[in-house]
Amino acid sequence: MNDAVPSGPLLTMTGMTKQYPGCLANDHVSLTVERNQIHALLGENGAGKSTLVKIIYGVVKPDEGEIVWDGQKVTIQNPGHAQRLGIGMVFQHFSLFEALTVQENIALGLGSAKERVGLRERIVRISNEYGLPLDPDRVVHDLSVGERQRIEIVRCLLQNPKLLIMDEPTSVLTPSEVRKLFVTLRRLAAEGCSILYISHKLEEVRALCSAATIMRLGKNVARVIPAEKTVKELAEIMINMDLHAPTPRPLAPSSAPPRLVLDKLTIRSPNHFGTDLKDISLSLKGGEILGIAGIAGNGQSELMDALSGEILAGKPESVMIDGIAAGHMGPHERRRIHGCFVPEERNGHGAVTTMTLAENAFLSGFTRRALVRFGVIDTKKTSAFAENIIKVFDVRTTGPKAQARSLSGGNLQKFLVGREVLQEPAVLVINQPTWGVDAGAALAIHEAIMALAEGGAAVMIISQDLDEIFVLADRISVIAGGRVSEPVLTRDATVESIGRLMGGGSAPAATGEMEIA
Amino acid sequence: MTALLVAFLVSTIAAATPLLLAATGELVVEKVGVLNLGVEGMMLAGAIAGFATANETGITSLGVLAAMIAGLALSLLFAVISLTLQANQTATGLALTIFGRGFSALVGAGYVGIPAPTLPKIHLPVLSDIPVLGPVIFGHDILVYLSLAILAVVAWCIRSTHLGLILRAVGDSHDAAHALGYAVVPIRYAAVAFGGALAGLAGAYMSLAYTPLWAQDMTAGRGWVAVALVTFSAWRPFWLLIGAWFFGALMYLSLYVQALGVAVPSALLSAVPYIGTVVVLVLISRDARRIRLHRPAMLGRPFQARV
Repeated sequence: MNDAVPSGPLLTMTGMTKQYPGCLANDHVSLTVERNQIHALLGENGAGKSTLVKIIYGVVKPDEGEIVWDGQKVTIQNPGHAQRLGIGMVFQHFSLFEALTVQENIALGLGSAKERVGLRERIVRISNEYGLPLDPDRVVHDLSVGERQRIEIVRCLLQNPKLLIMDEPTSVLTPSEVRKLFVTLRRLAAEGCSILYISHKLEEVRALCSAATIMRLGKNVARVIPAEKTVKELAEIMINMDLHAPTPRPLAPSSAPPRLVLDKLTIRSPNHFGTDLKDISLSLKGGEILGIAGIAGNGQSELMDALSGEILAGKPESVMIDGIAAGHMGPHERRRIHGCFVPEERNGHGAVTTMTLAENAFLSGFTRRALVRFGVIDTKKTSAFAENIIKVFDVRTTGPKAQARSLSGGNLQKFLVGREVLQEPAVLVINQPTWGVDAGAALAIHEAIMALAEGGAAVMIISQDLDEIFVLADRISVIAGGRVSEPVLTRDATVESIGRLMGGGSAPAATGEMEIA
Repeated sequence: MTALLVAFLVSTIAAATPLLLAATGELVVEKVGVLNLGVEGMMLAGAIAGFATANETGITSLGVLAAMIAGLALSLLFAVISLTLQANQTATGLALTIFGRGFSALVGAGYVGIPAPTLPKIHLPVLSDIPVLGPVIFGHDILVYLSLAILAVVAWCIRSTHLGLILRAVGDSHDAAHALGYAVVPIRYAAVAFGGALAGLAGAYMSLAYTPLWAQDMTAGRGWVAVALVTFSAWRPFWLLIGAWFFGALMYLSLYVQALGVAVPSALLSAVPYIGTVVVLVLISRDARRIRLHRPAMLGRPFQARV
């Protein structure tokens, strides 16, 4: 045995099977990660990627299957065991403690008192060495999402991992942060830390990863070298169908009347860790889609709540829907004057997960679809409404009586978007239309949004996914620190110019670098 | 006048002690994200266990020990139901209080009106004889000093030690703590047990030092005040101490006013310390943002490791 030059793959998993009630999440899945490799794990939502990763990290126990780690057959008991083996994980929903400082957060991730000796110096050293600047004394809730991710990466690196698992690491980063992250990851791989990279951004996977395992419906479907495939080919393997991009739409005529107008909307966030909205003025015409880009936590949720009526504006005139001052109105009143809304969080906000689809359809649709008769729920009409959403939006479910939580993320999102679109709103605001949604469902949602705009509605999409904004929006505005930038026409904007605004920079001084349509 | 001031200060500190003990315990429990509303019940169980044991054996320290064990036992019952079996914490806590009241009344039926050995006040030569300062600072029983010491240690531990960091982390995000490999449920068990033992100790102080007697429901809602103190102090130990002393002061003043024979209904006067403490604490901590900042984010939320 020669320890200096270990041979064979770092991690081999064969026949991994995990059965959940009513769902076979992993069906004899195999995965091999070589040493010094950046390996992508691809698949739609619900394909079983998360389950597989949780098995590696010891969070989930498999029913069957064999794991060979570093040449040894192992049973990974819990996350602590995984860490001792040299497996680190950066979570998609960061597993950080909001009320604690950077150093405290990192200290919590280290097992023994011995490992915590001189922690502060080591944090500073590692973060400088890998280009991940961090101040150990800052409290996490004050940090940007990119900074939070750095904490997780530094926390993993302090344990000298041999495998770093990253779950959707770039979905919350600005383009320049993504570039920096890739430099760090490539360097780590070269120094002997393999990376298992989970993402649905196929362009990134092609640029970064030297191998990819693709899963569909809990099974392996392919192992490919990403650089040898096009993005379209990768996507088609993932979802097993042909993709066609949405066709571009003509711009709304400039004579169209404004349907949603925000006039100096200023709101103090009710949440301590929230962002206050400052002087937001925007105007949307019928037939227009406005994209609000921005890094998470810059006031998106406050803007959404202020538009939907969950937070009331101080001045009624600061939110005008179809010429009616609506700032003082609650969500139902705003629906009555033709404003509809899809919040970011599906579970518990957009939908009551323990209620049926019909009940969820009722909760938002009862005003506009007249689902109440003499104070009693019209169950027949409600059920028909839900049935219609399911049919029109191709929601894969057993029917209107299915519980919302039984649906996969993509299907529930299609249902929620469908619920609002079929109410034929004049103004539709959607926060993160396709967050955590597979490519097929995302396409369906995008087409529905475009069709709605073509029908004359004003649509605002708030999204952290720049690709999505560039595909959908006619004009783009950036929210940063609770302020919104002057909207620019999408055809005049570039990812770089928008990305700079997202990072809190000012608008580009010269127009020379803009693309000419 | 000096005698009056001494009496006021001494009795304020004494009246604050059971609150301080129970609230310190509850603070630790809530810091890890558990809401145990059974403090009143655990105090009563501690009070009767301590009284009965001291009465039967004649040894007060055994009584104090028995009270802590009784509080601990009840808190473990709470932990099994709410942490292992995942019942609703609010309902379980309320049930625990009802159980503690009934159980203590049943056991205590034979002890009503009997005197018990009292916890002695310490007496330090010279120091305890200093006028005013002597009795106020050096003239209490051991539990008074213990309560302050425990509060100081808990405050230091939560703020400055790795153990305290783990406790705060579990209360801030149990999912993240679990993902990092911390045993959320055992940690919560330990905190709940600590809270139970301190509630029992608070009960012992009531029946062995404060009013060395057993009477049904003798804690008279102090367990609830302790729970309220924790919330309204916004989970900060220093304000816990201020709140407890404030309650003690109002307690003495209402008795004093009653003794003066002021024509105010005595029921109203007895209610003053409770109302006054809550009102004052609400006033000093009415900033919703600050409460949200200090409030353990997982308070009252059941934890289930996803498998």
